[in-house]
Amino acid sequence: MADETTNTAAPTATADAPASTPSAPSTERPRFGGGRPGQRPGGREGGGGGRKFFRRKKVCKFCVEKIDNINYKDVRLLSQFVAESGKIVPRRLTGVCTPHQRRVSEAIKQARNIALLPFASGR
Amino acid sequence: MRTYELMFIVRPDITDEDLDKLVSTLETQATNAGATVKNIERMGKRRLAYTVRRFNDGIYILFTLEGLGPVVKEIERRLRVNEPVIKFITVRVDEDQKRLAKIEKHRATRVRGKGTRAAEQAAAAEQASAEQAPAGA
Repeated sequence: MADETTNTAAPTATADAPASTPSAPSTERPRFGGGRPGQRPGGREGGGGGRKFFRRKKVCKFCVEKIDNINYKDVRLLSQFVAESGKIVPRRLTGVCTPHQRRVSEAIKQARNIALLPFASGR
Repeated sequence: MRTYELMFIVRPDITDEDLDKLVSTLETQATNAGATVKNIERMGKRRLAYTVRRFNDGIYILFTLEGLGPVVKEIERRLRVNEPVIKFITVRVDEDQKRLAKIEKHRATRVRGKGTRAAEQAAAAEQASAEQAPAGA
C-alpha cells in the first residue's frame, strides 16, 4: 500500500501502532479491523458491532415525536438543526432520517430567504 | 385552486395607519384578481437575521391566499414595486396540507381500531380466566 511506505521511521510499528498516533498519513488509512479506539466513534457502529466504543443508536426526533409539520416559520425548531455558524447540521450528527432531513433543509433555506435565519453568522 | 402562503416584511419605520392602508390595499387587489384571502396575520416587529436594505428590524405579515398561479404573480409584482415592502416569499401549501390531513385521518382510524381490539382482547382474557377458575377448583 502506498501510504505505508511513507512511514519509514518504524515500518514494523505501523501494524500495531498505539492509539495516540499523531502523524497525519496514518489517520487517513481506512482500516476498521479494531485496534484504533477513539479514531472513528459513531457512524459505522450501528450495524457493524465488535467495536470498543459503543455509540447508542440515534433516533430521528421527528419520527419519535411524530412532528409532521416542518414549517419555515417555527424558528425555534429549525434552529436546533443549524450550527452556530448558521450552517445546516448534517444528519449523521443529529440522527434525523432522510425524508425529514430533506424537509428540514428546505424549511431552513426558506427561512433564510425571509430573514428568519441567517445565511452565515459570525464564525 | 391552490393555497399559498405569502409572507412579507415591511420596513419598521412605517406608521400604523400606513400599514393598515397597505394591507387593505393588497387585500382588495388580491380579491379583485380572483383570489380569496383566507387569513391575514400580523406577526409583529422582529429582529431580522441579517441586514436588508439597511434595516435591522421589520414587521412581518402573513397572507394565506387561495387562488391560481397568475394571481400570485400579480400580487408579487405589486409587492416588488411597493416601497415599504422589503422582502417577500411565497410558499405553496396545498399539497402539504393534503398530506397532513391524510396523516391525521390515518392516525385517528388507527387509534380507534387499536382501542377496540385491546378492549376485546381484555374481555376475552377475563372470560377465559373465569372459565378456568371453576374448572380448576
